[in-house]
Amino acid sequence: MKKNIKTSLVRQTRTLDPYIMMAPFLILFIYFTIIPILSSIALSFTYFDMIHLPQFIGLMNYTRMFLEDDVFIKSLSNTFVFAVITGPIGYIMCFVFAWLINDLNPRIRAFMTFLFYAPTISGSLYVIWTFLFSGDSYGFINGNLMRLGLLNEPVQWLSDPRYILTIIMIVQIWLSLGASFLSFIAGLQNVDKALYEAGAIDGIRNRWQELFMITLPSMGPQLQFGAVIQIGASLSVGTVAIALAGYPSTDYAAETVITHIMDVGNLRYEMGYASAISVFLFVLLLFTHFILRKVLRKIARD
Amino acid sequence: MKINIFSNKKINRSLGGNMLLLLALTLFGLFMALPFIYAILQSLKPTQEIFAFPPRFFVSNPTLDNFYMLTQAIGDTWVPMGRYIVNSALVTVTATAGNCLFAAMAAFPLAKLHFRGNRLVSEIVTYALLFTAPVTQFPKYVIMAKTGFIDSYWALFLPPIAMPLGLFLLKNFMSQLPDSVLEAAEMDGASIYQTLWRVAIPNVKPALLTLIILTSQEVWNGAGASFIYSEPLKLLPTVLNQIAASGLARAGVGSAVAVVIMIVPVSVFILLQSKVIETMAFSGIKD
Repeated sequence: MKKNIKTSLVRQTRTLDPYIMMAPFLILFIYFTIIPILSSIALSFTYFDMIHLPQFIGLMNYTRMFLEDDVFIKSLSNTFVFAVITGPIGYIMCFVFAWLINDLNPRIRAFMTFLFYAPTISGSLYVIWTFLFSGDSYGFINGNLMRLGLLNEPVQWLSDPRYILTIIMIVQIWLSLGASFLSFIAGLQNVDKALYEAGAIDGIRNRWQELFMITLPSMGPQLQFGAVIQIGASLSVGTVAIALAGYPSTDYAAETVITHIMDVGNLRYEMGYASAISVFLFVLLLFTHFILRKVLRKIARD
Repeated sequence: MKINIFSNKKINRSLGGNMLLLLALTLFGLFMALPFIYAILQSLKPTQEIFAFPPRFFVSNPTLDNFYMLTQAIGDTWVPMGRYIVNSALVTVTATAGNCLFAAMAAFPLAKLHFRGNRLVSEIVTYALLFTAPVTQFPKYVIMAKTGFIDSYWALFLPPIAMPLGLFLLKNFMSQLPDSVLEAAEMDGASIYQTLWRVAIPNVKPALLTLIILTSQEVWNGAGASFIYSEPLKLLPTVLNQIAASGLARAGVGSAVAVVIMIVPVSVFILLQSKVIETMAFSGIKD
């Protein structure tokens, strides 16, 4: 693979051109994304109940997280379990399915992509799972297991702490074929076909060798993109947990950092504390991102 | 080993492997699509089947009653439904087009040009993608309120235009463009803007189409709905969900609503995704 050296289009480019090209996006981006993020960081050092003016309290929100808030610790450990299991599985699924689908005849390929992307398409289709796992005997899974005689009485799938976390993980994995999956599909279209021909002449024998010697090394940018999306998704489980397990869940069995933030911020109006937790989560995400970036650089020879 | 360069057949594939693959993909694909299929079947069930015991997956007496009841409920709304359809269409198209255009314009210099601040901006955009916590909702709301965007069309389409996802996606794809292609455009006397428009954007078409799918879906499903209070400004999915949730315990109408809301994202997806795959015909980008 050639290296992507930043181009020498310098002669045609005036110094200001790059800034002019970025200006429309960046102005809106700063306004709607950067300023809110910076405000949350600032608020994380305050006590703020949304009624009185924020009061500066130093690092107290941060010490409270670890010293006084048991539910936070619980939510952190849940989030880790989620991320460690759903993150890698989701990421690998996105790539493997994109790669396998890419082998199909173009007509079947579009249809197959649709089947796999279907979970993500409506934005809230996952609520169907609440009907499937519904705790009464009319729930699809309970009803049918009872009819088959495998259960005597309905199981409270979504309010029994023994099952909640597992079910949310299944749904989260089912939901993971989203933006990164589509970017892999698109990225595979961009790989230079001549490389495959050259590879075959050079003695590549099967699809596995081809994958590791040609396909993966050509997809560095897409792999990076997918990693960022997947890290974000796996450490930010929240809406799915709330939709399935309720808010708050039984014994906080499905409490994640995100649901804890919502609980503290939207229900208890402790915006300062909620912001501090978000900042902490952000640092966690950054840390994961840096590690993964190093690993991916090796795979993709970026 | 035979190499079929002139046919569509892929090299390095065995027939057995391909058949096995197709079978496995179909089975798993059906599992993935199951809730989607269930949602459609559910909308076709008469009330007694929705509440049948034991609950059944398939529908035995399909009916359009749920959709009919939905159209009746729609007829009762205070603001005519056409208004909501126009709102949704207008906002989705503007936000998606704006997002693709602005993101492509910003992605190109970040991917391909040397200038001061390049690295800084790239890193900030990536980090912003990671900061997804719901607390920014509050500062965002305050900022929108201070500028008077709350409860206006601006609140619906301006924020999605600057979603960092698109910039990040396009930047990553543009960084793969071979420099020789861009230099060739330069030799032909193209300005940097012409190179962007005529060379860079057409060459990342799969990524751009993917971005349209992602952004339009997000906006359509009501990314900005929490900033809107006035009935006439609301978007179609918000209103349909209001109908499904209001009175009458409408389980059937609810599933009809879910299906109606999905029509647009599904059509957009099928239309554009087949185009993503069609670009195969031109083969990958060559150096």
